[in-house]
Amino acid sequence: MLSFIVKRVGQSVLVLLVTGLVAFSMFTFVGDPIDNMLGQERTMEDVERLRAQLGLDKPFVVQYFRFLEQAAQGNFGISYRQGRPVAEILMERAPATLELAAVSGVLAIVMGIGLGVFTAIRRNGVAANLIMSISLIGVSLPTFLIGILLIYLFSVELGWLPSFGRGETVHIGGWSTGFLTESGLKALILPAITLGLYQMTLIMRLVRSEMLEVLRQDYIRFARARGLGDRVVNFRHALKNTMVPVITVIGLQLGSIIAFAIITETVFQWPGVGLLFINAIQFVDIPVMAAYLMLISVMFVAINLLVDILYAMIDPRLRAAS
Amino acid sequence: MTKLTGLMAIAALLSTTAVASSETLRWARAGDALTLDPHAQNEGPTHTIRHQMYEPLLVRDTTGAFEPALATEWAPSASDPNVWVFQLRQGVTFHGGETFTAEDVVFSFERAKQENSDMKELIGSITEIRAVGDYTIEMVTDGPNPILPSNLTNLFIMDKGWSEANNTVNVQDFEGGEITYATTNANGTGPYVLTSREPDVRTVMTRNEAYWGRDQFPMEVSEIIYTPIQNAATRVAALLSGEVNFLQDMPVQDLVRVNDADGLTVKKAPQNRVIFFGMNQGADDIEADNIDGANPLADVRVRKAMSMAINRDAIQKVVMRGQSEPAGMIAPPFVNGWTAEMDAESSTNVEMARSLLADAGYADGFSIRLDCPNDRYINDEAICQAAVGMLGQVGVTVNLDAKPKAQHFPLITEGKTDFYMLGWGVPTYDSEYIFNFLVHGRESDIGTWNGTGFDNDEIDAKIESLSSNTDLAARNADIAAIWRVVQDEALYIPVHHQVLNWGMAEGVGIDVDAEDQPKVKYFTMN
Repeated sequence: MLSFIVKRVGQSVLVLLVTGLVAFSMFTFVGDPIDNMLGQERTMEDVERLRAQLGLDKPFVVQYFRFLEQAAQGNFGISYRQGRPVAEILMERAPATLELAAVSGVLAIVMGIGLGVFTAIRRNGVAANLIMSISLIGVSLPTFLIGILLIYLFSVELGWLPSFGRGETVHIGGWSTGFLTESGLKALILPAITLGLYQMTLIMRLVRSEMLEVLRQDYIRFARARGLGDRVVNFRHALKNTMVPVITVIGLQLGSIIAFAIITETVFQWPGVGLLFINAIQFVDIPVMAAYLMLISVMFVAINLLVDILYAMIDPRLRAAS
Repeated sequence: MTKLTGLMAIAALLSTTAVASSETLRWARAGDALTLDPHAQNEGPTHTIRHQMYEPLLVRDTTGAFEPALATEWAPSASDPNVWVFQLRQGVTFHGGETFTAEDVVFSFERAKQENSDMKELIGSITEIRAVGDYTIEMVTDGPNPILPSNLTNLFIMDKGWSEANNTVNVQDFEGGEITYATTNANGTGPYVLTSREPDVRTVMTRNEAYWGRDQFPMEVSEIIYTPIQNAATRVAALLSGEVNFLQDMPVQDLVRVNDADGLTVKKAPQNRVIFFGMNQGADDIEADNIDGANPLADVRVRKAMSMAINRDAIQKVVMRGQSEPAGMIAPPFVNGWTAEMDAESSTNVEMARSLLADAGYADGFSIRLDCPNDRYINDEAICQAAVGMLGQVGVTVNLDAKPKAQHFPLITEGKTDFYMLGWGVPTYDSEYIFNFLVHGRESDIGTWNGTGFDNDEIDAKIESLSSNTDLAARNADIAAIWRVVQDEALYIPVHHQVLNWGMAEGVGIDVDAEDQPKVKYFTMN
């Protein structure tokens, strides 16, 4: 077991290093940060001086190793755009993204499972069919369009909810939270729906199909024959057995909620790391892009590693095969 | 609600004593200031935020004319043509209570000349700056410099004592990782005081009741909440829903909608920015075309034909929805040297363009790549697409290559494009600025944005003489002569002057400023 874990951790580190290398090789195509950093009155000497100072005159492999060397010491560099340490900026922005991801995650799971069970039980009901049709919208409409539609309806036409930003936030230690103020909670609603809608419909459709599968099984028929109530049959026996694949998918989707909050954050001007990343791309803010990409890949690699280890613990055959 | 505001307004009018109004300006635009350090970045939105808190010696008002700020008078010295003398305003204090004196000006200029400063080129001609007493400054330049004041309108004055006490004597150094106190704090003499700031999220400022011009300017806004909103649709939605009451960077497709909405207006004015195409005429052969061993752009007939192919009225009507002024020269209308005649010189004539191309030996046309930005100017990529069709009509096949500004502009400054779009604003309001960057032959510190390969020693000498020519009539004659050459050579293909649109709630009163820099002290609120 230990050798398996060590092997997997080693592979994960390799994946991380390769991801970083690919990311750095791409940065040269994003553009020249110098152009954004100096005004139009700059001279060629200014450009050369700054380029040398930032180490941009070196090949990307050298830049990458410099980044790794500093990152290993906990230094992610200075943002070209804001002139502040990247680590500080990321810490400042992370709470916004994590809170948004948490709310949309809970929303997606609760609504997804609830509606999934409902549509499975009332397979031929009008309401269930209606929900299934509407859920197609969640799967097929692009996120930014959903966001804009929600803003148009609830902010511009009805005036109920704010169209942008995070509202008032309260600082607790190094964490800024929007959960404790009315405007903060209001500001969460539209972005959370926008971000969670896709995951919600995905979970709902998955739960429904798994549920239909299970409801056909013999033990459900026997349970009914024994005279057990609907509630017990549906929830204790059927739902429990559908949860294994559902939990796997939820785990994997959790990472993507954080990683792909970029579009939702841009539409709602949500001050999280996704918006930071978009700004960094436009400005060619290499230190921010590098740190963000590494952070996201660490997160994905860690989730996958955890899943691998869990599987191995559950299923001894995997251990033997490796 | 409207009734209540109306009643309050009447009550305010009826009361004889001046009522201190508490009006909040909720202001949004696409981008945020990059830093608060007064000399670290020379960039539009950054200057705009600084202007509320810091002040230069002199500013431009909404019409572009000079207005005294921290200096009350300025003139070249009677005894020495290389010296400018500035009389400073007395009785001014910084937000922290420090008194403003000449030593702060000397300190700030010396700071702005440091290597990390982004403002150093603008004051590069100043060799020495000295205080003569507490309220007089003398600036020595490396030769007579008749337009020095034009370069000082974004050069902000800091307090020497405050900078020393907070260790911000040096301009913030990005690579060094220096987070100076001045990047996140501000202590200026300006009409608004920084209350809080979260970069890219929100900046709050409150009225400086001790401002020297408190009674001179309306200053009806008591609090400014500035929020960058990047997404254009969200930005407009915020104005429509009333969450913001003043909006810059209005997308042109939403102008009509905002103007038609209840309680909202859009004000427009020509912007200090002209959009044009540049062509590489200097090379013997260019890479971006399909002609081997020759450069079609080297022939003035080809350049004229390409200019004639562009239908500026159609671009204005279709691409810009009326939000542009067709241009005939690459100077915005406020700039010294601009003339209405030259600005009307572009014409569209497809027949003549075809015959000019035939005369030049390109009866069958040629193909060329056009490099274009897609996130810098209003509808930049759409303008290029329109130009592709128009040039196609005269036989020039254009392959459009549109990319983000961070990739586009290095092509021009490094000479890697032969046909490109560029926009130019003139902060000094004088043609010399245009010539220095776009007409003078390319060298390391001059002609840096001239991607045309045009390099004429006679013209270069004339351009260089402008900076020290104190005989304004002769200087203007030289400027006119240089423009004549630029026009006759068809050095650039002018497209249009951009138009600025500001959206605002009714009751917010401000005229659009050509430099897109609203100064909140001029705002009225009712």
